[in-house]
Amino acid sequence: MMIKPHRGQPLWIAFLLHRISGLGLAIFLPFHFYLLGLALEQSETMDGLLRWSDYPLVKFAEFGLVFLLAVHMFGGLRLLALEFLPWNDRQKTLAAAAVALSFLLALGFLMRAV
Amino acid sequence: MQEPTDSLEISVWRGDATGGGHIIYQVPRQPSQTILDVVTWIQREQDPQLAYRFSCRVGMCGSCAMMVNGIPRWTCRTHVQKVVQDNQLTIEPLRNLPVIKDLVCDMSEFFTKWKAAGGQFMPRKTRQDPVEPLLPDSPKRAAANAAIECINCAICYAACDVVTWNPGYLGPAALNRAWSLLNDERDSGQQARLEAIASDAGCHNCHSHANCTTYCPNELNPSASIAGLKRLAARAVFTGNL
Amino acid sequence: MLGFRIYLLQRISAMIMAPLVLLHLGVMIVVIQGGLDSAEILSRTRGSLFWGGTYGLFVLAVSVHAAIGIRVVMFEWMSFQGIKLNLVSWLVFAVLLMMGARAVYAVVA
Ligand code: HEM
Ligand code: SF4
Ligand code: SF4
Ligand code: FES
Repeated sequence: MMIKPHRGQPLWIAFLLHRISGLGLAIFLPFHFYLLGLALEQSETMDGLLRWSDYPLVKFAEFGLVFLLAVHMFGGLRLLALEFLPWNDRQKTLAAAAVALSFLLALGFLMRAV
Repeated sequence: MQEPTDSLEISVWRGDATGGGHIIYQVPRQPSQTILDVVTWIQREQDPQLAYRFSCRVGMCGSCAMMVNGIPRWTCRTHVQKVVQDNQLTIEPLRNLPVIKDLVCDMSEFFTKWKAAGGQFMPRKTRQDPVEPLLPDSPKRAAANAAIECINCAICYAACDVVTWNPGYLGPAALNRAWSLLNDERDSGQQARLEAIASDAGCHNCHSHANCTTYCPNELNPSASIAGLKRLAARAVFTGNL
Repeated sequence: MLGFRIYLLQRISAMIMAPLVLLHLGVMIVVIQGGLDSAEILSRTRGSLFWGGTYGLFVLAVSVHAAIGIRVVMFEWMSFQGIKLNLVSWLVFAVLLMMGARAVYAVVA
């Protein structure tokens, strides 16, 4: 799956970002569920794992995660609107807005976390 | 503007269904030269065996589409000046269709899908009936008109990655045509058409990445047409009509 | 391959998740300050019908949504078809649903 010339345009990139973020979330989610499941009988282990988030690198990874979730959600909302609401010609602007909004949201998360 | 004495380095894909490769030709630069002019010059002056297709030369017939520097274009209306890089060009047959020879590909599957999507007009009336009045300003007619000027060039089909990844997919041109007809009040075949565009090969396979819309030389918007189909089909499911 | 009804299921599950994810992100931004620990999480969620319902609905929707999403990617990028494709789809659905249900139970019950 190479980036060939016909794939360079903004809405194609938006599609790729949506797919990669969706896959990323699907891979992350089981780990997330596993961590929460630990609350059942091993809250020490859970706290041990949660303490990892004190490390700057892990905080940065959390930023990435929030960004993935936000960009998939806002991008997904753009697609849902495209599919189920009357056609809007400003799809490139909307896609860019989804990315910008997600970045701000993830940045806000990072600011609160540090 | 370049001097007419400049020479272009043109890399042309030569071969057939069993395989092939690129051959480089030196072609003299001309003012207002189109990609089709370049290909024609190669065939007339350097290699009469070169196979390619064209007919109208003015953007009406849709037969001259090729990949130019990796992007599908109507070659008769694409000026060299607009796409040339460092005096070099790569010209290849359209993506997503089997090659017959050199720059000519087999369009059968493209037209088969056109039909499979319900692309034929099914009149409700016969020639004995009086002509039906059409209101050009009605929303449905406006939607039908917006999608109607398709020249069957298959540029959108070559640009669509879902066609590449899912060869059964009906593709942007056929679905755009179906959308145009689904908005045509005079047509009698709507239920069958609706079933076709919501079949496993149908509109919901589209990921809305709008390569079709980006490269359609007639500035149609198949991506928007397909979004319209998704709404129609969804409504039909919820109202028990699909 | 992708039937129209499967497509609709994926879109409906996405519509359900959007407000839930927004809420979740909002809460996380508020509570993240000063770090998280299990006691803090559990004090918010234990015995809460609201969080139980919210997270439960999310787990159900995401299992459906991600299973169909991965199904499409498997089909388009890895040429999975027929039984293999169905098997993978159901597997993703089942694993997410089970792990998700356990997580919700752990923090709510
Ligand atoms: C929060 C609300 C969400 C919305 C509004 C949303 C929306 C969407 C939409 C509209 C698609 C279809 C894209 C297409 O076919 O072109 C999609 C695909 C997908 N989603 Fe989501 N989604 C959400 C959350 C999630 C979550 C939490 C996950 C992870 C588990 C996820 C995983 C996927 C995957 C793997 C795909 C397939 C990607 C593709 O076909 O390109 N989504 N999503
Ligand atoms: S918008 Fe849909 S039909 Fe158009 S190129 Fe993309 S996937 Fe193909
Ligand atoms: S929709 Fe546009 S690109 Fe596609 S076949 Fe018709 S004219 Fe060509
Ligand atoms: S030759 Fe007819 S469209 Fe180009």
